[in-house]
Amino acid sequence: MTDHNGVIRTEKLNLFYGSFRALKDVDIEIAPNQITSLIGPSGCGKSTLLRVFNRMNDTIEGVKITGRVYNGSEDIYHGGTDIDILRRRIGMVFQRPNPFPLSVYENVAFGLRIHSFPGKSALDGIIEESLKSVLLWDELKDRLKKSALNLSLEQKQRLCIARLVAVRPDIILLDEPCSTLDPMATLKIEELMVELKKKYTIIIVTHNMQQAARVSDDTGFMLLGELVEFGKTSKIFTSPVEKKTEDYITGRFG
Amino acid sequence: MRRLKKLRDYIIEKMIFISGIAAIIFVILIFFFLVKEGGSFFGEYNIKDFIFGHFWYPASDSPRFGILPLIAGSLVIVVGATILAVPLGIMAALYISEVAPKGLKDLLKAGVEMLAAIPSVVVGFVGMVTLVPVIKTVFGIPTGLTALSGCIMLAFMAMPTIVSISEDAINAVPWNYKEGALALGATKWQIMYRIILPAATPGIIASVMLGIGRVIGETMAVMMVTGNAAVIPSGFLESVRTMTATIAAEMGETVRGSSHYRSLFAIGAVLFVITFIINFIADTYLHKNKE
Repeated sequence: MTDHNGVIRTEKLNLFYGSFRALKDVDIEIAPNQITSLIGPSGCGKSTLLRVFNRMNDTIEGVKITGRVYNGSEDIYHGGTDIDILRRRIGMVFQRPNPFPLSVYENVAFGLRIHSFPGKSALDGIIEESLKSVLLWDELKDRLKKSALNLSLEQKQRLCIARLVAVRPDIILLDEPCSTLDPMATLKIEELMVELKKKYTIIIVTHNMQQAARVSDDTGFMLLGELVEFGKTSKIFTSPVEKKTEDYITGRFG
Repeated sequence: MRRLKKLRDYIIEKMIFISGIAAIIFVILIFFFLVKEGGSFFGEYNIKDFIFGHFWYPASDSPRFGILPLIAGSLVIVVGATILAVPLGIMAALYISEVAPKGLKDLLKAGVEMLAAIPSVVVGFVGMVTLVPVIKTVFGIPTGLTALSGCIMLAFMAMPTIVSISEDAINAVPWNYKEGALALGATKWQIMYRIILPAATPGIIASVMLGIGRVIGETMAVMMVTGNAAVIPSGFLESVRTMTATIAAEMGETVRGSSHYRSLFAIGAVLFVITFIINFIADTYLHKNKE
């Protein structure tokens, strides 16, 4: 199972910002076609961990990583990985929806154009399919040529997911994707995540514990750079092993 | 004491007000002066013959005031300088803001500012002693004082404007666009070409227009290297004379109030209209960029 492209596994992962140790000996194994959520208080390293998986931390100066990170059987930090291809396989959705200042159509086409231009008619098909998979097609099919910047926040976030789906990744990373959305929009994005896990492995960082409890299969609780506890969501939220986990999920701190 | 304070406030307030509107007053005054002096010229000389006339013989017995050669001269210089400065300037801006490491970035920015600070007469004479002989030998022509020399020197002068304003526009492209593209596996070049440049386009257009504005209004450097022949040029390797150079060169020799004198003001009015339009376009795009 571990050579599945939807699997991510870390061994003794440490990450330093300069001399600050932001991740401490993290060992985690993320299962394919499931939703794994990472929870914990601000600054616990959950977003940092997420950004290890698609090497987005590489853009920050002074970041150093020790240990191993495997995607399937590939060591993504030591295996001569092509970062551009890695990031196509492991897509990311950000906290603030960030559609490009282009048309709806071009937003979804972006990834295809930069990786392998499939030709005009195939492109149209993939774009329709991608927008359908995030349930935006009916809303936007008449506005494909209009700027994506005028959409609602929720539509923008869906579009950002469609943009990933178009390049057929194995894994989708979501970094607090609902923190700027209202409760109704949040619910819709959550429904979408459940739909998407049939095809993709989904890892979500969230501040919202109810969200983690609602949507995820596995949950990891992080504190001060350590993965305190990791396991089935139902177990973490009902009978956590660690005292700290219990304190956090019952709202005693955080 | 209280009254003194009030008086002081009043005076300061008025002084600030006057300083604030000084710029616009100057523009209006210059405009009226040009219209008055230049406008009276059109009372005695047909405006159509002025703008479309092929011959500029202001001092002959039967003077002719056709500024088409001068407009053509300015146009050739502007087009040539733009062709050279725009790609160079935009690429330099991209390099400075997106590629160059921190130390080099600061050095380059300082360099661009230095380039902007060089007086145009210095640019002119450096061009005259270095570039002009080179152009003469390279192309095997009788004189290096050509439109091409002017284009190259003025491209240098337009560069700082284009680089610094384009760089501002490129820097203003939000990081989260770049982050989104990066997370999709785009390379640095793909991000520049597909995201940053389109997003920064209004600012880049504004920078180009302001650069063109600088070129069209430039006088000293262009006068020193272009040869100043008032003929419609058929290529870049001929001497040209711009509108600005004509005004600068001839104003001192005219009789105050004569037709020649007033025709120079009329040229000034034409220049004013052109630069006004260019600035207006630049301004429109600068505002677009801010939105």
